[in-house]
Amino acid sequence: MALTPLEVEAIRLSLRVAGWAVLISLPLGIAVAWLLARYRFPGREILNGLVHLPLVLPPVVVGFVLLLLLGRQGPLGAWLDDWFGITLAFTWQGAAVASAVVSFPLMVRAIRLSIEGMDRRLETAARTLGAPPVWVFVTISLPLIAPGILTGVILAFARCLGEFGATITFVSNIPGETRTLPLALYTYTQVPGGLDGAFRLMVIAIVIAFAALIGSEFLARIVKRRLEG
Amino acid sequence: MLTVEARLTRGEFTLDASFDAEADGVVALFGASGAGKTTLADAIAGLVRPEAGRIALEDRVLFDAEAGIDIKPERRRIGYVFQDGRLFPHLSVRRNLLYGHRFAPRDRRYATLERIVTLLGLEALLQRRPGTLSGGERQRVALGRALMAQPELLLMDEPLAALDVPRKAQVIDYIERLRDEIGVPIVFVSHAVDEVARLAGTIVVMAGGRVAAAGPAAEVMARLDLDPLAGIEAAGAVLDATVQSHDAAYGLTELAVPGGILRVPRLRLAQGHRLRVRVRARDVSLATAEPRETSVLNVFRGRVVEIGPRRGASVDVAVDIGARLTARITARSADTLGLAPGSEVYALVKSVAVDPASLVQAEQDNPGSEGG
Repeated sequence: MALTPLEVEAIRLSLRVAGWAVLISLPLGIAVAWLLARYRFPGREILNGLVHLPLVLPPVVVGFVLLLLLGRQGPLGAWLDDWFGITLAFTWQGAAVASAVVSFPLMVRAIRLSIEGMDRRLETAARTLGAPPVWVFVTISLPLIAPGILTGVILAFARCLGEFGATITFVSNIPGETRTLPLALYTYTQVPGGLDGAFRLMVIAIVIAFAALIGSEFLARIVKRRLEG
Repeated sequence: MLTVEARLTRGEFTLDASFDAEADGVVALFGASGAGKTTLADAIAGLVRPEAGRIALEDRVLFDAEAGIDIKPERRRIGYVFQDGRLFPHLSVRRNLLYGHRFAPRDRRYATLERIVTLLGLEALLQRRPGTLSGGERQRVALGRALMAQPELLLMDEPLAALDVPRKAQVIDYIERLRDEIGVPIVFVSHAVDEVARLAGTIVVMAGGRVAAAGPAAEVMARLDLDPLAGIEAAGAVLDATVQSHDAAYGLTELAVPGGILRVPRLRLAQGHRLRVRVRARDVSLATAEPRETSVLNVFRGRVVEIGPRRGASVDVAVDIGARLTARITARSADTLGLAPGSEVYALVKSVAVDPASLVQAEQDNPGSEGG
């Protein structure tokens, strides 16, 4: 069962979109999780609500909001275009942004839980040994919350691979540019005689998901061993 | 000189403590739990900020509420050994030990990894992870880790509390070694009188967030009014002693103490060796006439200094035999014997009552001593 060029394209695009989505949201996710877990500040509940909004909104609504904000005519989209020459609407970069937004709450939740579960007294101990706060964060906090970060990354990556509604609304369904695996499968189901192609993509999706699960389990074990010795 | 003056309120609890102590050897912060010892130690380390007060180590001001000085914990150069060790679980013992080393100013480094590892017997543990260590090993690594940051003062918060008795004895030996060999001043927080008696040169007694007494160990431990604070078992006196001779035939060692000779089970110490012994109040009885036929070997003639308040059926009587000794006797005996301050009495100390674990090696200023 050799893959057709179209399938290869959809797989590569899906992985690229999901990869970039996770990569750009990870630093922000850690920062927001840290902020929510450690600090009490005015507007904290609003930030918390905003972060979780994509989890409860229909993805199509998220996509439409993105289109309004980041489309060529949108306030943010026009600014990005004028100043940086970046166009998000109807590009794969836009698909990555849509996936990142939709998967963000999952990532933040997982990381925040591990920050809250971490023994802060270890950070105190590190400071009494002379380490400045930034060094403590890098050498103590980050490694100790690594399992949570890993969980967040995997959840977010999986969510990105499955992203459909926000993507199709924001960046449409352009072959080779924004037609990721779910969109390609959907397209097959919309044309006569496309069921075979849809079936093949379904199998591919299952294989990828399964491989990701096994891979993450393996990684989690390595991290756990590193932490507990 | 360690100067501490700190006031702070946390809900119901108020800390209002101040003391000065020579930063030399071990200063014990002693008291029941809830007395504010740990909070005070945290204030010295910079982990809690007092509302008012001043904390200084030698000529370095660490905290001064009025002057607005509050040095961050990482800049205080005060090591902290926590009750639970708090080793970094993701780092090997070796990397735990080295964690603070890079932050110590080059010209202020006095402890090398080799020296600490040898001193604390950590050779076999270096590659291990904290999760695989026993409680005693963990505390030894915690001691080493704190020392490797080259602190100017070492705080220890109940470092033995989580250990069983044999491990406790082992770790206390190591603490003694680093007190004598490294020479870093130590503030030792504890509620256990035997630990304090063994290690401390200066004792600060805390109760209810306040300093109830502070001073040289022997003086503080002999004070009757502090017993309720320290717990009923704590009562006793500490005597400075010198090994005078050994009685091989009976397996006894004769110690010269102020006021006479104290016979204790044979000690493996050379003649002239100086040490401190703790005599528990419940092991001392009193007589008004010289007891001639008695199984008790240690009889000291002295004078009643003070009779403490009655607690239950017993009272504590402080007797001056050249040093202060405390006797716990029944209130009935005290009345029968007609004891009052100034009464001449004989204090009887059972020689077996001197617990070898409470024998303390005094300052290493005696060239004739063996061991060390």
